[in-house]
Formats: sequence, C-alpha cells, structure tokens
Amino acid sequence: MTKIDIIQNVYDKLGFSKKDAAKIVESVFDIMKEELEKGEKIKISGFGNFVVKEKKARRGRNPQTGSEIEISPRKVLTFKSSQVLRKALNKK
Amino acid sequence: MNKSELIEALSKKENLTEKKAMDIVSLVFDGFTDELKKGGRIEIRGFGSFVVRAYESYTGRNPKTGNNISVAPKRLPFFKVGKELKEKINT
Repeated sequence: MTKIDIIQNVYDKLGFSKKDAAKIVESVFDIMKEELEKGEKIKISGFGNFVVKEKKARRGRNPQTGSEIEISPRKVLTFKSSQVLRKALNKK
Repeated sequence: MNKSELIEALSKKENLTEKKAMDIVSLVFDGFTDELKKGGRIEIRGFGSFVVRAYESYTGRNPKTGNNISVAPKRLPFFKVGKELKEKINT
C-alpha cells in the first residue's frame, strides 16, 4: 500500500475529486511530519504512538574495521503499536 | 498531538468540516490496519514504512519467577522511519 492507494480510497469512499484527495492525504502526512520534526509525539488511539526519543552519545564499533568510534547523540523516531492493533494482527 | 488534534489541524489546513477531516484520518489509519492484517506492507514516501513480522512460538521465562513459559506464535507490526524524516528529526 502506498499513498496512491490511500488517495484512491478517499476518492472512492468520501466523494472528493482525485486532485483534492491527493492534496488532503499529503496534508495528513505533512502535519504529522511537522509535529515530529518539532520533537512532539503523535498518539493515534487504536493504531499506535510515534515518539521522538533522544539518544545519548555512546561508543560503538565500525563492524567492518573493528575500530572504535564515537556515536554522536541523536534523536530517533520510534513507533509503539497499540494493543488494539497487535490484537487485530493476531486474530484467528 | 493525538488523533482529534490531527483531525482539527487537517480541518483548518484544508478548510474541511471536522466531520470530513475525521472521515479522512480514520480512513487512513483503518486502511493501515486492514493492510497490516492482510500481512501487507505500507510505504509512505518521505514518512516511513510499516511491515508485519511473524514470530514462531518459543520458550521464554517469566523474569519475575524464572518459570519457563511457552510464548505463542505472533505477528507484530514494525515501523521504519523514512530517510528524509529521519534526517529532519535529527537536525
């Protein structure tokens, strides 16, 4: 599934033109991206939470050469799926 | 930001009624759930991708009591952040 399938879905089910559906679906992800870029979390009940976590600097190794390197502090985006979603995936 | 704040932001940005905005946001995430249920993969350019990983059953331990327990086979959703968003978050 890609954005095109979502746009098609919005067009089929909600009666928007293809052009409007494309613009609106793009906006949904733009809003989410802007929020995450600010370091804010997004909680979608029934689906999961997107959280930006701060990672401290740590020593690591270059797996190819084995030499020790400093891994700089960084922010990473994590996704924690909701119970509801995990249950839905495991329904018989 | 929670789901209703996302709906509100969308309704403002695209000049939609809250009802329409809610229908769209629900359609997006219900669509994701349906696709993952089928075991399918979702790829949103510039955002990230979702996949389902299947795990066989295994014998684990209850960390509190140390008892052996059998863990049933399961399917779990995973998210991988897209390159563009990953870089933007880290700057």
